[in-house]
Amino acid sequence: MFVIQYFIPHFPFNRMSHWFSDWFAIILACAIVLGALNLMKISIQKVIKKKPGWGYAVVIIVSFLLITVIGLSEGEGFREPGTWFDWLYVYVYTPCSSTMFAILGFFVASASYRAFRARNFEATLLLLAAFFVMIGRVPVGDIISGFMPEGARLSNLASWIMTFPQTAGQRAIMIGIALGIVSTSLRVILGIERAHLAGE
Amino acid sequence: MSTKAKEILALAMIFAFSLIFYIGKVLGWEAVRFSTTVSLIVILLVALSLLWILILTIRGRLVERRIVFLYVGIAVALPLFMTLSQKITISPEVEAVYNTLEELPEGSKVLVSFDYDPPSAPELQPMAEAFLYYCFEHDLKVIMMGLWPQGPMQANLAIEKVLSDEKIKSKNLKYGEDYVNLGFQAGYEFVIQRMGSDFRSMFPTDYRGTPYEQIPLVKNVKNFSNIDYCFNLSSGFPGTREWVQIAVDRYGVTLGAGNTAVQAPQMYPFMRAGQLVGLLGGMVGAAEFEFLTKWIGKGTKFMISQSFAHVIVIAFIIIGNVAFFRSKRKTGLKR
Amino acid sequence: MEHFALWLGGFLTLGIFSFLYKDNPWYKLTEAIYVGISAGYFVVVYFWDNFYSKFWIGVFPHKRLNEAGELIAGVEPDYWLIVGGVLGLLMLMRLLPKVGWISRWPLAFIVGATAGLWLINYFASFVMVQIQNTVTPLFGADYSASLFVIVGNIVVAVGTFTGLIYFFFSKEHRGAFGGAARVGIFFLMITFGASFGYTVMSRMSLLIGRIDFLFGDWLGMIK
Repeated sequence: MFVIQYFIPHFPFNRMSHWFSDWFAIILACAIVLGALNLMKISIQKVIKKKPGWGYAVVIIVSFLLITVIGLSEGEGFREPGTWFDWLYVYVYTPCSSTMFAILGFFVASASYRAFRARNFEATLLLLAAFFVMIGRVPVGDIISGFMPEGARLSNLASWIMTFPQTAGQRAIMIGIALGIVSTSLRVILGIERAHLAGE
Repeated sequence: MSTKAKEILALAMIFAFSLIFYIGKVLGWEAVRFSTTVSLIVILLVALSLLWILILTIRGRLVERRIVFLYVGIAVALPLFMTLSQKITISPEVEAVYNTLEELPEGSKVLVSFDYDPPSAPELQPMAEAFLYYCFEHDLKVIMMGLWPQGPMQANLAIEKVLSDEKIKSKNLKYGEDYVNLGFQAGYEFVIQRMGSDFRSMFPTDYRGTPYEQIPLVKNVKNFSNIDYCFNLSSGFPGTREWVQIAVDRYGVTLGAGNTAVQAPQMYPFMRAGQLVGLLGGMVGAAEFEFLTKWIGKGTKFMISQSFAHVIVIAFIIIGNVAFFRSKRKTGLKR
Repeated sequence: MEHFALWLGGFLTLGIFSFLYKDNPWYKLTEAIYVGISAGYFVVVYFWDNFYSKFWIGVFPHKRLNEAGELIAGVEPDYWLIVGGVLGLLMLMRLLPKVGWISRWPLAFIVGATAGLWLINYFASFVMVQIQNTVTPLFGADYSASLFVIVGNIVVAVGTFTGLIYFFFSKEHRGAFGGAARVGIFFLMITFGASFGYTVMSRMSLLIGRIDFLFGDWLGMIK
């Protein structure tokens, strides 16, 4: 349907593609509920069977019920500043989710120190590209290369690397991925690929 | 002292430190600022300690990862107290976004899609604020939406911050006439696809529940052909790629984007092909855009920490490689 | 309430950072809170923004009046949405082992719809437009391009083609073909290096944001 509506964007195909996109949105909502209910099922089983760490499963259940009950009871304006849902979003969800990703900064530095080695020419090229981009994209790069003429500083070098060789590599990867997606989509549409339907 | 006792002592010290400074904040203590001299002394001390780590590593003792964590923490935290300034160089991609905005006449309708969540807010929120500031300052009408559930809430936070600015406050902007938040709609790229023919079918109400046709700003906006410029703030899927694929390539929209630094390199082919008109990449992009729009926000404030953090990571990579080459030479000599 | 909120934010942030020292109960508690709150958050948002505003309002629309008090046209119920609702319900059957197989129907719909949309979009935007932009005059129209632009065009063209040659594994990388693939690897290494640099930038930015919350919003040490 979504392929045909590119070629015949008139009735009934445009209407059908509208229906399909609406159904997609509704199914997604139910898929999220499925995920959450599955999490509750696993947590409740853990508590009932008193598996190791069942106390944390209680915390998961309580947190889930707290925000769900609050959010569902506050009506359509649940997101308005001043609601309890908004409070939970700003003071509980935001610190937790932001910090989970922020902690990666430490691990990136530690992993670079331990594993990033210029073992061969290719690795050296990777290292040099990373070095010039990291130092060139921040103001300290131009402070270090301040003695160079305007247009020949580290920021210009970083910009050149991003605009030309990096773009070329990204484009090659992009085209390769797109061709892979096209062939997989064809296989799914023609029924050759059925892995997504295996099992329960 | 046992390890457990040391851990409890450390926790107690952290709690005491926090309590002291929190009470100080409530009592109105001044912010902690290092003078330029102190800032330079701190930098020198950190540099000397890095030299010491280099010597240790050359001697064959790789430092424990917690020491690396400590250095990263220092590199990020201490510059926030320093009074050093840096000159921000504007990159062509950021300038392209600004130049496109400058060409828009007053009253133009700008669609802003907030496709990110709180973890990406340090990079994208400064961009959002600077962008909204520019739009409100130049009387551009802003229609906000999100393909991520948290997007519209991030939009509200940005709006709140920008509207508290004195210059913007004096304009007495009205919700529904000068800006509107249509809220979130699930469906990934299917949402963009439907918006190409009919905005209202995807957003029957705004995020407050007001019916689409009762909102003055959007009641005559049928689809992308009524939009003058699109700006997408994105940190993953769905995001800028999907907007390029559908809004740009299918419906001919003019699109600018703000991306997290992880995603930004992947957007360069789109810029080169003309599918994307300008890109703000990461916090650096945010700082550059803040400089152009004269909205001094967190992007600019955090640049010095960003510089330090990069220098520390590069220093550790160099130290690691020095040790690697030394051990390689030793193995070669032994043979 | 603001005091409690800031201390709660600080407690949760430091709880997650405590993992840097080692795995500990404080971290596990914060992680459990995060998992529960995230799941609940998504349920609430998807319920109101999708299920309610799309399905419920679509099938049982409110009477809506315009500014003049007249009934707005087009508020007829859209009963086709019921099909979507049924498919959504079938998705939930996955929770019941005996009838879990029914959930394959909505799953097949999702996969098929996505495949159909991606087939055209990816080919048009990621292949055709990109190749079109690569196969352009290297020296500009009438040799008018500057040296900087010419060098750049050559780099992009050579890099794209050699990168694509590297990914062609149906032919052994030997001789001239192998040489071209090797050049392709060099360009890919530069790409990965640049991506690594930007990844470090991104992670550090996120960290700066949290440190700013701790020392700025919470403890007031930074303004």
